[in-house]
Amino acid sequence: MRKASHKSSTAKVPSTIDLVNRNLAKRKRAEWRFRVYGIGAILFGFICLLILFTDIISKGHGAFFKTQIHLQIHFNPQRLQVLQPGAIEQFNNANYDNVIQDALFADNARISPALLSAVDKRQLLSLISTGAVYSLRETLTDSPGVLNQSVGVWLTVDDDVDNYVKSLAHGGEGYTGRLSQQQQSWVNRWIENGQVRQTFNTTFFTSGDSREPEQAGIRSALMGSLYMLLVTIGLSFPIGIAAAVYLEEYAPINRVTDFIEVNINNLAAVPSIIFGLLGLAIFIGFFDMPRSVPLVGGLVLTLMTLPTIIISSRAAIKAVPSSIRDAAYGLGASKMQVVLHHVLPLAMPGVLTGAIIGFAQALGETAPLLMIGMVAFIVDVPADLMDPSSALPVQIFLWSDSPERAFVERTSAAIMVLLAFLISMNGLAVWLRHRLGRSHQ
Amino acid sequence: MKTPTLIILTLLCAAGAYILVRNRASDIAYRAGKKPALHSLPYYYGMLSALWCALPCLLIVFVWTVLDDYAVHAAIVNLLPESVQALPASEIDLVVNTVINLALYPNALLSSSTPDYLIQAGQDYLRWQQLSQLSLTVVVLVSLFLAFSLCWARIKPKVKARQQVERIFQWALLLCASIAILTTIGIVLSVLFESLRFFQSVSFFEFIFGTHWSPQTALRIDQVGASGAFGAVPLFVGTLLISFIAMLIAVPVGLMSAIYLSEYATPQLRAIVKPMLEILAGIPSVVYGFFAALTVAPFIRQSGGFLGLEVSSESALAAGLVMGVMIIPFVSSLSDDVLKAVPQSLRDGSLGLGATQSETIKRVVIPAALPGIVSGVLLAASRAIGETMIVVMAAGLAAHLTVNPLESVTTITVQIVTLLVGDQEFDSPKTLSAFALGLMLFTVTLALNYVALYVVRQYREEYE
Repeated sequence: MRKASHKSSTAKVPSTIDLVNRNLAKRKRAEWRFRVYGIGAILFGFICLLILFTDIISKGHGAFFKTQIHLQIHFNPQRLQVLQPGAIEQFNNANYDNVIQDALFADNARISPALLSAVDKRQLLSLISTGAVYSLRETLTDSPGVLNQSVGVWLTVDDDVDNYVKSLAHGGEGYTGRLSQQQQSWVNRWIENGQVRQTFNTTFFTSGDSREPEQAGIRSALMGSLYMLLVTIGLSFPIGIAAAVYLEEYAPINRVTDFIEVNINNLAAVPSIIFGLLGLAIFIGFFDMPRSVPLVGGLVLTLMTLPTIIISSRAAIKAVPSSIRDAAYGLGASKMQVVLHHVLPLAMPGVLTGAIIGFAQALGETAPLLMIGMVAFIVDVPADLMDPSSALPVQIFLWSDSPERAFVERTSAAIMVLLAFLISMNGLAVWLRHRLGRSHQ
Repeated sequence: MKTPTLIILTLLCAAGAYILVRNRASDIAYRAGKKPALHSLPYYYGMLSALWCALPCLLIVFVWTVLDDYAVHAAIVNLLPESVQALPASEIDLVVNTVINLALYPNALLSSSTPDYLIQAGQDYLRWQQLSQLSLTVVVLVSLFLAFSLCWARIKPKVKARQQVERIFQWALLLCASIAILTTIGIVLSVLFESLRFFQSVSFFEFIFGTHWSPQTALRIDQVGASGAFGAVPLFVGTLLISFIAMLIAVPVGLMSAIYLSEYATPQLRAIVKPMLEILAGIPSVVYGFFAALTVAPFIRQSGGFLGLEVSSESALAAGLVMGVMIIPFVSSLSDDVLKAVPQSLRDGSLGLGATQSETIKRVVIPAALPGIVSGVLLAASRAIGETMIVVMAAGLAAHLTVNPLESVTTITVQIVTLLVGDQEFDSPKTLSAFALGLMLFTVTLALNYVALYVVRQYREEYE
C-alpha cells in the first residue's frame, strides 16, 4: 500500500486508491458514529423504559402495605350501645367510634397523665382511619364472645399517618403532610412502643373506590374491566375470525371486498377516542342504553379491537399452505369443511396470538370509556353487565387527579396491577406462538 | 316467559332439533344394505333444522324487544290525560318514566299525593307488558314448532341440505365482515350529524379560522362574558405542537433503532432487543399520562427554573416528550419491516463497490425503503394527533395560541374529553362542538392514513 502511494505521488496523478485512502479515516469515523447513533437510539428506548418502571415501582410499592397500630379495645356494651344480650343484628348498628375513642384516650393516659384538650382529642381521633369501625364490627360479629371484654386489636391508621410511618422507615425526616407536631409525637411514641406494624394491604384488593386513600381499593374497577373484557372477547373473537375467514377464503375479488378491506385498514388507525364518540352517539344517544355500564364499554372496545383481530387473523389464515386446502378438496371436502376442519385449526395459534394482543390493548384503553361515562365514583363491586362500574385504567385516571400523596401511591400500585395483567397476557401470546406455532411447516 | 328464558329455550330447542333430525336422517340414509338415500350427510340435515329453529326465533325476539319499548311508550302516552300529552317531548318522557317506576316499585314510591291517572297508567302499563310478553312467547313457540315440523318433513333426497347450510354459513361470514363497514358508517353518521347541528349555531368558518376558544356557554341569559367562542385554531396549533415534539423524538430514535436492529444487530441480539422495545408500545397511554404529569412535567419545570426559564407545569414539552417515547416502537417496527424488505442484492452490490456499511444504508437501503418509511412516519403522526390520555393528563385545558413548547397548550382530544365528561345536554353548542372536533380529528387521521397508503402504493419499488 505504501508502495502504491509512493508510486502515484511520483507520477503526480492521484490514483483511485489514493483518493480512497485520503478519506478512509473520515469514512471509518462516520461509520463508527452511525453505529453509535443506532446503539444510542436503542439505549434511549431502554432508559425510558427503565425510568418509567423504576418510577412507577418506587412510587407504588408502598401501597401494597398498610400501617396498623395496636390498641387495647374494650368492647363495652354501654358504649357500643348494644344493650340486648345476644342480639347479633345490633352489632351492625353499634357505635364503634365510641370504643375506639375510649381505647385511644386510655392508651394516651397510660403514658402521659396530662389531660387532653378538645382540639387534642380531635387530633388524636383523626389518626385512626374512619374505616377502622368496619374491622371492629367484623371482629365482633365473628366472635360475639369478646363483648364486654378487652382485646388487643390492630387498627388501620389514617393515610397521613401511613405516609409518615412509611417515609420514616425509609430513613430521613419523614413526610409530615398534614400532621401537626403533636400528632407526630404521638405516632413516634407508638413506634417506640412497638405498637405499629406494616401488613399486606388486603383492602387494596378487596374494596372499591373511596374518598379515603387507606380504604380505597381496585376491586370494583378490576371487576368492571373483567366484565368488559368478557363482552369484548365474546363478541370480537368470533366476529373477527368470521370476517377474516370470509375475506381470505370466500370473498370474490370485487369492489365490495375492496371497500371492506380499505375500511378495516382505516378503522385500525382511527383514534380510540373516536370510537368513544361513536359509542356515545349510537349506543347511549340512539339506542338509549345506560351510561357507565360494562356492556356498553365492552361493545365500544369490541368495535375498537375488531380491526386488529381481523388483520392478524387474516395473516394467520394466509400463512396456512394452500397444499392443505388442495388436499382436503381432493378428498371431497366442502368449502366449509376445509375451513372448519383444516384451515382454522392450523391458523389458530396465530389467530389467538393476535387476538390476545388485541384484548390487552382493550384492557388498557381509557379514552373511549371516558366518553361513555365510565368515570363515575363507584364504591360497589358491579354484580353484572348492567351495573354501573369503573375500569382499571379509568380508576388510574381518576386517582391520578387526587391531590393526596397516598393516592399517588395507590395510582402507581394500580398501574403495577394493570401492567402485570398486560405483561402476562402478552407473555401468554408469545408462549402460544412458540408452543403451537409452525406445526404445519 | 321472560326474554332470557325464551332465548335459552330457543337454543335448547335448536339443539334438540339438531339431534332428532340428524338421527332420523341417518336412519333414512343408511337403511340396511342399501346405498345412502339422502343428498347430504345426516348432520347437515340436523344443522339445517337447528338453524331454521334458532335464527328466525332469535330475530323475532330481537325485533320484538326493540319495538316493545316504543309501543309501550306510545301506549302509555295515549293513556295520559290531554293536558299531559300537550307537554313537550322531554317532559312526556319524564312522566312516562314516573309511570313505569310507580308500577314497578309501588311500595317505595307510591304516596297519597300521587295523581290517580299515574297509578291508572301504571296498572295499564303492567297489563300491557304482560300481554306483550305472553304474545311474544306464543309467537316464538309457534314458529319453533313450525320450523321443526317443516325440517322434519324435508328430510328427503331432493333437499340439498349441505348446500343450504354452506350458503347460510357464507352469509353469516359476510355479515361479520361487513361490521367494519357498519362501524365506519356509524362513526361518520354520529360525528357528522352532531357536527351539522353544531354548524347551525356556529359558522363553519368561525370554527376553522377563529382564534379564540372558550366553549363555556351562558347558563343564564343575562350572564356576562360567557357567550361561548368556538374558534378552534388554538386547538389545532396545540395539537400540532405536541405532535411535532413527539415526532421529533420518535422519528430519529425509532428510525435509528430500526436501522441498527435490521442492519447491524446479530439475530440473537435482535431477538432480545426487539420485544423489549415493543414493551413500550404495550404500555397503556394512561400510564404514560401519569408518568408525564407526575414525573416528567415537574422535572422539566425544575430544570427550566434552574436555567432561569419560565416553564408551565403543564408544558407542551412534557406531554410531547412522553408521547414521543410511546411512539418510538411504532416507528421502529414499521421501518424495520420496510428495511427488511429491501433485497440483500442491493446491499451486496453497494458493499462490493467499496462503500462502508453506513454509506450503503444511507445511500442505498434508506432510499429504497423511503416510501415505506414515510408512510410509517405518517401513520405515527396520525397516532400522535389522536392520542388522548397523555395530553388529557399532562397538557393544559386553557386554549393559548402559542408555539412555545414551555407554555401550556390544549389539544383537540383534550377538549373533546373535557366537553363530554360529566353531565351534559345533547343540544347545547358546547356539547355539539366536541363532535365537530371529533369530525376534524377523524378527517385528519383518515387523510393521513390515506396519504400513507398512497405513498406506499405509488412509490414502492418492486424488486423481483
